[in-house]
Amino acid sequence: MLTILYDGIAYGMLLFVLACGLSVTLGLMNFINLAHGAFAMAGGYCTVILVNRLGIPFALGLPIAFLFTALLGGFFERTLYVHVYSRSHLDQVLFTIGLVFMSVAAVDYAMGSSQQFVQIPEALQGQFEVAGIGMGKYRLLIIVICGLLTIALQLTLAKTRFGSRLRAAVDDQRVARGLGINVGAVFGITFAFGSGLAGLGGALGAEILGLDPTFPLKYMIYFLIVVTVGGTSSITGPFFASILLGIADVSGKYYVPKLGAFVIYAVMIVVLIWRPQGLFARGAAR
Amino acid sequence: MGAPGNKVALYLKRRARWSPLEIAFWFFAFATIWLFPGKYLILKDTAILALFALSLDLILGYAGIISLGQAAFFGLAGYFAGLVAKHGIITEPVIALVCAGFLAALLGFITSFLVLRGSDLTRLMVTLGVSLMLGELANRYSDITGGADGLQGVEIEPIFGRFRFDLFGHNGYVYCLIVLFVCFVIVRRIVYSPFGLSLRSIKGNTLRAAAIGVPVKWRLVSIYTVSAGVAGIAGALLTQTTAFCSLDVFSLERSADLLLVLIIGGTGYLYGGLIGAVIYKFLQDWIANLTPQYWQFWIGLVLVVIVLIGRERMSGWIGSVRALLARLATRFFPRSLALRSASPEGH
Repeated sequence: MLTILYDGIAYGMLLFVLACGLSVTLGLMNFINLAHGAFAMAGGYCTVILVNRLGIPFALGLPIAFLFTALLGGFFERTLYVHVYSRSHLDQVLFTIGLVFMSVAAVDYAMGSSQQFVQIPEALQGQFEVAGIGMGKYRLLIIVICGLLTIALQLTLAKTRFGSRLRAAVDDQRVARGLGINVGAVFGITFAFGSGLAGLGGALGAEILGLDPTFPLKYMIYFLIVVTVGGTSSITGPFFASILLGIADVSGKYYVPKLGAFVIYAVMIVVLIWRPQGLFARGAAR
Repeated sequence: MGAPGNKVALYLKRRARWSPLEIAFWFFAFATIWLFPGKYLILKDTAILALFALSLDLILGYAGIISLGQAAFFGLAGYFAGLVAKHGIITEPVIALVCAGFLAALLGFITSFLVLRGSDLTRLMVTLGVSLMLGELANRYSDITGGADGLQGVEIEPIFGRFRFDLFGHNGYVYCLIVLFVCFVIVRRIVYSPFGLSLRSIKGNTLRAAAIGVPVKWRLVSIYTVSAGVAGIAGALLTQTTAFCSLDVFSLERSADLLLVLIIGGTGYLYGGLIGAVIYKFLQDWIANLTPQYWQFWIGLVLVVIVLIGRERMSGWIGSVRALLARLATRFFPRSLALRSASPEGH
């Protein structure tokens, strides 16, 4: 029972790191980016190549994966996404679904369609017991890394100058622009950083979520659930939403194996009917 | 100057008249039965896709609702048609088809209340969630649906007890085409009625539409229901003509492809879905022949390029071709000239 809770929290933390970039881009630019999972996949494959083929240590592979996807995200943001911000939601959905299709086929072409595994160092494998609860070492690592990241993100948003600019831009883009904040630049940096986080999440999660070319399609729905249920106006909303989702998904798969995903979708729809702006939104923002 | 009511009626009547181009389109569509005898399978798929796209056009092009969940109605009706045929509950295909359509419309009516709330993203998630939930259910109750193996052992009786679904797909194609045409006529009637006009006003500006007394909520509920019914008929057609139904009827790819179809053809003038389906199917066939495994890449590229170029410019291009065709048509059919100049609306 507690093991399930533990696994669920690890899973939820992972989902949060994967999805928080998406929640910021959605809240800031009102931009529906269905291709967010593609960046996570890029991070995962980057780690696979680095660790398995080139023999770079796992601990070094993670930051490289982060940097790689952040650069990739920044590049695409400047070259492609920038043209689509002002378009209708329909255009954004079409555009990003097109990107997803392309990434799926391109990775299939480059890496093959089989599932990939990252070689995790010996020290991180196996379990240990605390008070009768079996805890996987690797999951503990995930919880620690993601927990630290969450705290760092929260501090960045709350305390730094960049954080306050970002919050101002999210709350009211036009006024922020009027105050001399370069919203485009803030957004570009945030997008790159969010993509980087997704890449890191993909690298960390390759072991738990599995990594194959259909990754962006498979997990797109999970990211979107996190974002829509959590709301886009804060970082704590998506955080609690992903922890909830993680626990619900793991326990659902454990107790009602064949109905797991059904429960999640049902909960999502109920929440969205109850509070269309998200569970933790501060009133109706937009 | 007559009474304003008369003017509206006159305007609607003029708009609803079948133009020579439309007649030519359907003439050609039915001529394909004799023109391409070896291509029945792909033609049949095209007709079903066209009907499916027509259903999306109703809510996207006319009511402005973005949906990624049309597959829910498609799949539900598909499984219904398969199950009633397999267990011999309704053996006559046409009756089964109509029942499947009504069942899907019922689901559409129920879920329409979910769609009315929230922003575009909420709508996307709710519609997507409904179709994924149905997919999970079909997977869960695999003793009824066959689960991941698909619904097997479906035997479809001859239509009206006379026309058997043959191996070459001739009767299947004719059946699909006739159903498509009948549905199209019904949808066309709906769209060109005052009801359709009020839908356009809702899409244009919901607030103003409500202010001039259009019951926005019920209009959206009804069009969503109709659209679900049409999507359901498309799904039932697929099951009946292939005698098979699998879990991928509920998949996200199906709904996403549908959006692509409609975008290629253009939204909001009924023929968009039909033309889009033809282009999409032949594009897919052609690309799949070139690179069987990676055709998705090129489909994705087409989507990205369409958005980057701009849909407005695309439809502008289509619009100028239509204008050219219309000019040619008026040269040969001078009577419709009066009709054109009388319509005050430009796209």
